[in-house]
Amino acid sequence: MLIVDDIWTALKEVMDPEIPTVSLVDLGVITHVEITDGNVARVKMTPTFAGCPAMDYMKNQVQEKLEEMGFDGVEVEMNFDEAWSSNRLTEEGRRDLAKHGLAPPPRFEGALQLDLLNDVPCPNCGSRNTELKSPFGPTLCRSLHYCKDCGEAFEQFKPL
Amino acid sequence: MDNGRPANGVAPKVASALKTFLYRIADDELIIAHRNSEWTGLGPILEEDIAFSSIAQDKLGHSLAIYSILHEVFGEEDPDTIAFTRSEKDFTCCHLVELPIGDYAFSLVRHLLFDLAEQLRFEMLENSLFEPLAKVARKVKGEIKYHLFHAVTWVTQLGAKGNEESKARTQTALNEAFPLALGIFEPGDHDDILKGEGIFEGEETLKERWLTALTSIVEEADLTLPDVQSVEPAYGGRKGYHTEHLQPLLDEMAEVFRIDPGAEW
Repeated sequence: MLIVDDIWTALKEVMDPEIPTVSLVDLGVITHVEITDGNVARVKMTPTFAGCPAMDYMKNQVQEKLEEMGFDGVEVEMNFDEAWSSNRLTEEGRRDLAKHGLAPPPRFEGALQLDLLNDVPCPNCGSRNTELKSPFGPTLCRSLHYCKDCGEAFEQFKPL
Repeated sequence: MDNGRPANGVAPKVASALKTFLYRIADDELIIAHRNSEWTGLGPILEEDIAFSSIAQDKLGHSLAIYSILHEVFGEEDPDTIAFTRSEKDFTCCHLVELPIGDYAFSLVRHLLFDLAEQLRFEMLENSLFEPLAKVARKVKGEIKYHLFHAVTWVTQLGAKGNEESKARTQTALNEAFPLALGIFEPGDHDDILKGEGIFEGEETLKERWLTALTSIVEEADLTLPDVQSVEPAYGGRKGYHTEHLQPLLDEMAEVFRIDPGAEW
């Protein structure tokens, strides 16, 4: 008899396709998990960015993972019911971003202020003597920065 | 439907007004996305190439979200069919988004004028009583914040912090783009209905907020905003009358779809 926690455990093994050190659970994109009376697994997800090209891929990965578990049915839905924010990243998710060389986004309260993009701690040397080079990076969720102490360019997972 | 109301619970008159409104927003997003994507590989510096390409991707996501509402709530065609098979006269985007990318100053100024209006529009829609749209508004406002931040940074850089040439070219672009941008707010019959239903406060209110915010951004950038009373707004787009630039764009955009409607990659 499978319980909801089994689903959460299984989804911890489904990684972000672009940042393979971070699970979808820790990324905060899983918004709802339930098992119906008819033994159907029902999962709801929310996209990080509305135009994220990895959305369908992630949804399919979740679908496949659940299908391996022996439910009588699997339903995965992606919607905007709960808008994703970088504050949804777990502490473990933040550490996993750093493992991939990305500076984790700062937590913020209330409306996002973009001066958060300045003085981002460098993931290479820890210095805060850094500057924003561009709010847009190689994927929608990353910004480009430069560390004036160690001279390395680095990326941050954007606060949103 | 025994009670005379359709399955989505929206009265026919309101549904029609909402559809008009949603198509206007989504068509703008789709067409500006395509134009922004034309900077891919051509940006003046690598970071700008990436910025315009990223913004294009976001805008495409926003148009998808709104076409999805049209499909799921109002039974319109699926988003790909809506995007790739309609003819020019069925599009209700404004002329501002149709124009070719021009020089970098024009694209940047258009980006500023458009994204400022977007940000203010979605702020107004966050509390819309039409919940599917309010959800999209709450989702995309953070993304648009980045777009506007990018636009303001560069317009200020080229204006107040630039040299004589960069400032002159940015001013020229502003003079050219301003009347086009006023076309964003082209009035329509749907406006009063949506206002009455608590769905959207109206284009006129949005335009006033936009002008106020724009005036201070333009001053900060040491540029001059043309007098709103003395320019002719570029209307017509919302009624399906477009510039000669839209149809070629649609032809190019739908090229793959026409060859293979089910193509995946």
